[in-house]
Amino acid sequence: MKHKTFLWFVLPSSLAMLLFIFFPIVSVLIQSVHVDTEQVIKEVKNCGPFGCETITAVDQEATQALKRDNPLGRFAGLSTYFDRRHLALDEVRAAWGNASGAGDFFSQLLNLPFYKAMSFTLAYTFIVTPLVIIFGFIIAVAVNGAAKWVRGPLIFFSLLPMLVTPLVGSLIIFWMVDARGVIGAALQYVAGDPNLSVKASTPLTWVMLMVYGVWHSAPFAFIVYYAGLQSVNKDTLESAMIDGASRWEQIRYVIIPHLLPLTTFIALMQLMDNFRVFEPIVSFSAEAHATSLSWAIYNDLGGETRQLSSAAATSVLTILGICILLLPVLVRTWRDFNHK
Amino acid sequence: MTAKTQRRSHALNLLLIAVLVIWMILAAFPFLWTLWGSFKVEGDFFSKADWMNALTGPLTLKEAGGSFTGAGYHGAWIKEAFGLAAINTVIVCVFVVTISLTFGTLGGYALSRSTYRYAFWFLIIALIFRAMPPITLVSGYLPVFFTWNLWGHLPTAIVVLVAINQPFTLWMLHSFFKNIPKDLDESAMVDGCNRFQAFRHVIVPVMWPGVITTGLFSFLLAYNDFAVTAMILSKENQTMVPKISSFLGTTQTKGNVMFAVASVVSVTAPLFVMVLFFQRQIVSGLTAGAVKG
Repeated sequence: MKHKTFLWFVLPSSLAMLLFIFFPIVSVLIQSVHVDTEQVIKEVKNCGPFGCETITAVDQEATQALKRDNPLGRFAGLSTYFDRRHLALDEVRAAWGNASGAGDFFSQLLNLPFYKAMSFTLAYTFIVTPLVIIFGFIIAVAVNGAAKWVRGPLIFFSLLPMLVTPLVGSLIIFWMVDARGVIGAALQYVAGDPNLSVKASTPLTWVMLMVYGVWHSAPFAFIVYYAGLQSVNKDTLESAMIDGASRWEQIRYVIIPHLLPLTTFIALMQLMDNFRVFEPIVSFSAEAHATSLSWAIYNDLGGETRQLSSAAATSVLTILGICILLLPVLVRTWRDFNHK
Repeated sequence: MTAKTQRRSHALNLLLIAVLVIWMILAAFPFLWTLWGSFKVEGDFFSKADWMNALTGPLTLKEAGGSFTGAGYHGAWIKEAFGLAAINTVIVCVFVVTISLTFGTLGGYALSRSTYRYAFWFLIIALIFRAMPPITLVSGYLPVFFTWNLWGHLPTAIVVLVAINQPFTLWMLHSFFKNIPKDLDESAMVDGCNRFQAFRHVIVPVMWPGVITTGLFSFLLAYNDFAVTAMILSKENQTMVPKISSFLGTTQTKGNVMFAVASVVSVTAPLFVMVLFFQRQIVSGLTAGAVKG
């Protein structure tokens, strides 16, 4: 295809991506090194029946004028990144100095908003992703072994947890896990503790969010593996059988190697999607026990005072995290491509 | 033949059935439970006394005078104007799907036919864009949208969702177009068509299966989005998903949780119907990226 024709064909989508994905990233970068203009304070003499006093007040007019002149606010360098809400260098240094041990240091670290969000996001990403792959594989093997006529309905119901809106799916689970819901009641019965509440406990909240994550994403791994199982080479399988391979050996030496490239694909997609974990935290109202990077941005942006620079700094840190996560994949693609 | 060579032991069969039954319960039960519970009153669905109340519904009988009540639906759709949110969702979804597919088919076709290096890099950049959490982009939009007065309107959300949709749409359609033989459009070009005419008259008639599958996923992305629509749309223009979250935030008084339960069921119902009709396309779409690379 000629360069010019190619350009015309990709123009609409490149324009859309340039304007609404690339520029916002640049805009976030710029915002994160600026902070709001300071309010102009003026002293006003206030004279009443009991004498005069000088009070300080915000000079609205001058503040507005300053804002108009500097719509971005004033340049602040990296200070937003290092403040208490983000990397919190001073607090980390203080914690390092006065912590009694490694455990104490980490618990102090986890009280800082950014590290709290980071720790949950990473834990969620690296626990949910492997579990999704394992459960997806087990379900795929089971469905593949089922009679042909039940596979359709099985796939239908399997698709639901994945396709349903994440906010809605997590709400459904949340209501059932509520102390007054059916799973909550069952947990109380099993634990023998009538006051057990998942919502009130940090470890249980984490577990619940991760269980939701696996429930939501396992169908994706299942479908991909199931399609992969359909294309397993029957001859290879049969020759393995004739050579006396047991069922487990067939899975281990024929099926798993066949599915390996699919696993890379699932892992890549899941790492990207789990790193942005957000909706379940909103639905579970779990912010007291678990926050994520996406949730931190949402929290800064929402509410009465939109803290744009703070949100921008967290966004930049999140994007950096994504890039680090994707780096191995990109390096590999780069090598493969140069190889060709 | 397979029946003979793959005969399973009883224990294995049992294990297999157990896995399937457990998975089916995990996958389907929450939906059925919520559907059933949405016709009860809050005292039954969230029962302090006995979880069985959600099934039998003694309070529903007492408060509403029947075993089932539509109070939750009435409250959500009529009192809280959930219908307006539903209309907004329809508008957003229709436009996002049409525009994404138009842009995506053009771009995806070009990417599948170009043999130059830059086409590859284009796709890699799209993959990186695909990995960006939408909420990080939202913090980039807001200041600009505020200064230019674009914030709060449906068209803004539509354009943003189209853009966020593009990387995925391009990847998917690119792999579908790769499967359409090159000879098809090339022979048309030998016959004197230019590239666009070849696309219009030869490729467009055969591309629909791929386009429909991609359209389903664009629809899901627009329908399920929370991060963008919650931050960009004003209260009057809210779509269904942010509307549900606003039920949770403000109306935690008695009975109003049932509005949220009823609207959750209302949001899930169209998805249910969609899976029912398009199961095959969804499955093929999920595997398209994986199997064909």
